[in-house]
Amino acid sequence: MNATALEKIQAAFPDATCKAVLDSVVIDVQPENLEKTLSRLKNDAAFNCGLMVDVTAIDYLDHPQRRQTRFSVVYTLRNWQEGLLVQVRTPVADPDQGVATATHLWGSAVWGEREVYDQYGIRFQGHPDLRRILNHWQFEGHPLRKDYSIYKGQVCYQTDSLEKEIRARLLENGVDETTMQDINTEIMFLNIGPSHPATHGAIRILTALDGETILANVNEIGYLHRGFEKTAENRTYNQVIPLTDRLNYCSSMINNIAYAKAVESWLGVEITERAKFMRVVLTEFYRVLDHLVCLAAALVDMGGLTNYWYLYNEKEAAYDFISRLTGARLTSSFTRIGGMYRDFYEGWEGDLEIQLRGIEKGIGDALKLVDTNRIVHDRTQGVCVVSAETALSYGFTGPVLRASGVPFDLRKDAPYYNYESFDFEVPVGTNGDIYDRFMIRFYEMAQSIRIIRQAIKHIPTGPVNVNNSQVCLPPKQQVYNNIEGLANHFKLVFEGVKTPQGEWYDSFEAANGELGFHFVSDGSGKPYKLKVRPPCFYIMGGFHKMVEGNMIADAVINLSCINIIGGELDR
Amino acid sequence: MALGLEASLGNTVITTRLDEVINWGRQYSLWPFIFGTACCAIEFMSAAASQHDISRFGAEVVRFSPRQADLLLVCGTISYKQAPILKRIYEQIPDPKWVVAMGACASSGGIYDNYCTVQGIDTIIPVDVYISGCPPRPEAILDALIKIQEQIKTESVLIDRHKDFKGILD
Repeated sequence: MNATALEKIQAAFPDATCKAVLDSVVIDVQPENLEKTLSRLKNDAAFNCGLMVDVTAIDYLDHPQRRQTRFSVVYTLRNWQEGLLVQVRTPVADPDQGVATATHLWGSAVWGEREVYDQYGIRFQGHPDLRRILNHWQFEGHPLRKDYSIYKGQVCYQTDSLEKEIRARLLENGVDETTMQDINTEIMFLNIGPSHPATHGAIRILTALDGETILANVNEIGYLHRGFEKTAENRTYNQVIPLTDRLNYCSSMINNIAYAKAVESWLGVEITERAKFMRVVLTEFYRVLDHLVCLAAALVDMGGLTNYWYLYNEKEAAYDFISRLTGARLTSSFTRIGGMYRDFYEGWEGDLEIQLRGIEKGIGDALKLVDTNRIVHDRTQGVCVVSAETALSYGFTGPVLRASGVPFDLRKDAPYYNYESFDFEVPVGTNGDIYDRFMIRFYEMAQSIRIIRQAIKHIPTGPVNVNNSQVCLPPKQQVYNNIEGLANHFKLVFEGVKTPQGEWYDSFEAANGELGFHFVSDGSGKPYKLKVRPPCFYIMGGFHKMVEGNMIADAVINLSCINIIGGELDR
Repeated sequence: MALGLEASLGNTVITTRLDEVINWGRQYSLWPFIFGTACCAIEFMSAAASQHDISRFGAEVVRFSPRQADLLLVCGTISYKQAPILKRIYEQIPDPKWVVAMGACASSGGIYDNYCTVQGIDTIIPVDVYISGCPPRPEAILDALIKIQEQIKTESVLIDRHKDFKGILD
């Protein structure tokens, strides 16, 4: 597939250099051709890249391979129908001058480019709202630049008022002073968060209200920005795994697995069959847990506390299984590059089956209260509707995108770990309202349980780690009894798993959507750059599109049904 | 800490006996405010849920308004962007108030020793009890609660705690 995609793209862009990297095609263009290339990739029916997955920049200051320019900007695009993944890379001569924006092509570029500006200081010409997003407004400098010290903290004394932004948003929606006088009302500005029970973490939602109807909405994130990407640059590949736990902490193991898969795919390491099955079982189990927490919290916000106990108690019970397996409840750190920390314990199938039955019962009990409940239907159906076009434009993935009727699921469209041989369905919504986003998670849990049962039946025996001394730690027997084993262990722990020089992007269907990792390697045991493509960052970027025109109370339940997790949102 | 009584009564037998009654009351009716930012907040949910049940210790009335709370539980990483908000919330809680730093991040910055993470909330507000762990188990939260209760037992309405505290935002 990749060879034909490469030929097709090379033929369409003869001036650019194209090459295939893993599943993606990388196009190197000059800055003056960037806008043209991007718009052709989006609008030409032959490519049809409707989804801008991510945008990031790279600072080559310390990279051993010298480049003409210090910075590059990379756009990652996806044609979800044909599974085409394209990365467009352009050098940036002068960061203050920057490159042309892509905000007119994809809504997701608005937040994506803001992040690049915040972290690297690269400007985007024509961007409607280029200001900081993760760091606070009093911050000086750009932390992901290689000459910014990781320890240089800057104190924030005051929060941003956001008044300018909300007024601009009101004008954009066609509400100005004269309209307000016509309808004889006054706008009320209501701020929710960042410390508010409805925000489930630290997000700030500022709304302009007419009565209870939202006229304009502006959101501020970054309250949980903890420097994942800068910290990862100072850790070996295996040391990053505990950091990935804390991205989406409701489904920590999915992050572990996605991260390990991304590194292994570049190393060309094929993990053992048993490890693949283990990863499938655990991914799907955590997907269920993630949805349980999301739904439990969403139903509480809607006023149904009983559902919370039905759903959350099952999650709490599942911790028993998880702590027996991994030794930890929440932050498992269970994968290693090249396999897993250890195999399942004896009798795990029975324990897991008990958990699954408990979960099914919990879901059944909760559904009994929800499924035919008039109040739930009235509050969720036809509320906060997102069309498929808007969802794709803003880079939505996962259950939220599928609720809008787009059947894109990486497990089906770019299968890994034998997902193609499992029998499961991808639930798809029809209206893109809160009800769909809600029910899709219920149905996905049932499908995940189906996958787990199949995997338990077919899991092969054998080792869980690859037999490769460059990647996996040797058995303790060898470390303690011979010098080669000891040296091997020492080098792997101190220097890390060495990856060949290069840049790659790898993605995974996490509970919330496409979780991607963009790596740059300088050949050492530490990532030169590691950018996470968090699914909920882009979903939050389109939040205003969902809630404007709806009631303030709907915004609250909408926020909970899109499952925003601060750790992943702000990294 | 003050009730207004001590001004007229001073350090007499009435106030010292009063201390015991008041402390007894305060001990078993803590109303926590959950400043939940990250992973630790999920473990707090577990502590509040049926299995561990924080109400056994008289602290189940979780308030989301600082005006109605007296125990600030900081669950999760505090970034510099978050710091002024934490300080504001702390100031909004009426006296007497107690603070628990839950987890490695709130206590010391944890694994995030970098440009955006506050290296322990005790640089912003005074802390009474620290909980280790990343994240701590629900039992540890209950343990911290008992520690706070023990601390309350020894306090007096005559003494203002943390009067001279100065943090990086002061």
